[in-house]
Amino acid sequence: MYKVEIISIFVENKPGKLEKITKLLAEAYINILGFSITDARDFGIIKFLVDKPKEAYELFKKNGFVVALNPALGIEMKDKPGGLYEVVKFISSKGINIENALVYVAESREKAYFIFEVENFEEALKKLKDNGFELLKLV
Amino acid sequence: MEVNFWDPKIETMPQQDLKALQLEKLKKVVTLVYERVPHYRKKFEEAKVKPEDIKSLEDVVRLPFTTKDDLFVDYPYGLLAVPLEEVVRLHTSSGTTGKPKALFFTKKDVDAQAELIARNLVMTGTTRGDVLQNSMTYGLFTGALVMHYGAEKLGVLVIPAGPGNTERQIELMKTFGTTCFHMTPSYALYVASVILNKGLDPKRDLRIKRAYLGAEPYSEETRKKIEELLGIDVYNCYGLSEMGGPGVGFECVYKEGLHIWEDAFLVEIINPETGEPVKEGEIGELVLTSLNREGMPLIRYRTRDLTFFFTEPCACGRTHRRISRILGRADDMFIVRGVNIFPQQIESVLMGIKGVAENYQIVLENYDEMIVRVEIDREFFDGRIERLLKLKEEIVEKLREAILVKPKVELLEPGTLPVSEGKAKRVIDKRTL
Repeated sequence: MYKVEIISIFVENKPGKLEKITKLLAEAYINILGFSITDARDFGIIKFLVDKPKEAYELFKKNGFVVALNPALGIEMKDKPGGLYEVVKFISSKGINIENALVYVAESREKAYFIFEVENFEEALKKLKDNGFELLKLV
Repeated sequence: MEVNFWDPKIETMPQQDLKALQLEKLKKVVTLVYERVPHYRKKFEEAKVKPEDIKSLEDVVRLPFTTKDDLFVDYPYGLLAVPLEEVVRLHTSSGTTGKPKALFFTKKDVDAQAELIARNLVMTGTTRGDVLQNSMTYGLFTGALVMHYGAEKLGVLVIPAGPGNTERQIELMKTFGTTCFHMTPSYALYVASVILNKGLDPKRDLRIKRAYLGAEPYSEETRKKIEELLGIDVYNCYGLSEMGGPGVGFECVYKEGLHIWEDAFLVEIINPETGEPVKEGEIGELVLTSLNREGMPLIRYRTRDLTFFFTEPCACGRTHRRISRILGRADDMFIVRGVNIFPQQIESVLMGIKGVAENYQIVLENYDEMIVRVEIDREFFDGRIERLLKLKEEIVEKLREAILVKPKVELLEPGTLPVSEGKAKRVIDKRTL
C-alpha cells in the first residue's frame, strides 16, 4: 500500500524532552527519516518518520510516553523551483486538507518526499492514486 | 422501582406542612436552649437575638452558629439542656487534637435516632426477616450502636459483628445468611476483594442484597465498584455524632443524593467564608439544627462538610430534600479574584470531560492567576494538535461556567502529578500578599 506511518508524541514543554526521545531511538537503532515539532506553549507534539515505525511506537509506549501511530501519505517532489508548490497544488485540487507535514529526503539524496497527514487517510489515498505523482511506500 | 415507606405521612408530607412543622419545632428548641443552656443564652445575647425573634424559618439566620469549639466550652456537661439523670447515653467523636467531643442523649433522643434509621432501612427495601451484619465499631463511636438500635426497632435480625477479622466477617455472612451489611466503604472494598479471592461466588454462596456504607466520604466510582464486585446495591449514608450519628441523610432506591430528614433537622447550606446562605444548588457547608433533640440540642451546627441541594423533587415521592454525597471539607476552600472556590467543583467538572485523566492540580500564582494542570488520558491522544487544543478550550470554558473565574489550563502527560492518596495536595498557593 502507498502508506507511510508517523509517530506522534505528546510532550510537556520541559527541557531535555527531545533529548530523551532521540536517545531512545538512537539506542534502539531506529533511524529518523524526518521530523517536525509543533509547539502549543505549555505542550507540543513531536512527529517522526522512522525506518521502523511499529518498533518505535512500542518503544515509546513501553517508556511511558503518550504516543500515537498514524498513517500518512508521501508524494515525491521534484528538485527544482516550484517543486513543493506543484505537489501542494495537486493535493488541494483534490480537496484534501493537509493536517500536518514534514519532509523526507531519501538516502540517495536524489529524491525528496512531502509527507503529510490527512483527516481521512483511505479517502485521500483513493483521490491521489494514479495521478502521475509518485506516492511513497514505506509500510 | 419499588418504593417502601416506614412513616409515609411524615416522609411524603408536603413541603409547606413540613416547613410549618419545622418552624414550630425550631421555636421550641431555641427557647429550650435559651432557658436551659447558659452558653447558648450568652451566645444569643451577644448576637442580640431572643427566642421570640424567631417568627419564620428565614429568621434562623439571626441565630449564632455553633462550632466545634462551642462543644468544649463548659466541657463536658455544659451544653446539656436536661438534668444529668435524664441522660442515658454518651457518644464521643474523635477530635483531631486533644479531648473528644462529648455528645449526650436522653432515652427519647436514642429512640428518635433509631426511628430515623428504621425509616432509612425501609426506604432501601430492608424489612423484618432481613439479617443485618453491623460491622462498624461498637463503643464510643455512634456508627454501630445507632444502626443497631434502629435495625432492632424495625425488627431486623442484627449480627453485632463489629469491624475487622475479615475471615470471621465472611464466615458470619455465610453461616447466618446475611442479607445486608453496614460498614465503612474502604473496609467494604477490602472484604469484597477477600470474598472474591477466596473463590466465593457472591451470588451463589452468599445472600447479600445491599450494603450501607458511610462514616467516610467515597466516590460514585467506589460505590459502583463494590456493587459490581458483590452484585448488590450500595447505599450511601451520612451522619455525624453531633447530630446523633448515622441516619441524618440516607439514599433512597434511586441513589441520587441523600434525603435529609427535615422533620428532625433544619438544613442550611452556607458559604463557609461569609456564613451567608448559598444559592440553591451551589456547593457550600452543611449547617444543621437538631429539631427533636432534648438532651443536647445544637443550633446551626457547622459540620464543615461540603455538599449541595438537589433542586428537583425525588422520584421516590419523599418531600425531604436531598443533598449530594459529601464532597469534601469546608477548610479546602480557596479564594481567587474574590470568588470562593472548592477543589471539588473543579474536580467534578474535570471528571465530566472526555480526554482527562484522574489527576489534576490547582496552582495559584501572583496577581490571582489560577492554573489548572490536567493530565490527559493516554487513549485520547491521536497525534492531532487540534484535538488537544479543543480539549483545552473545553476545559477552560466548562470551568469558567462552573466557578466564574477563567483559569489557565495546562495539559500534562499522565503520571506527571503526584498520585492521589486520599488527601492528595490539590491546591498549591504560590501567591504572596
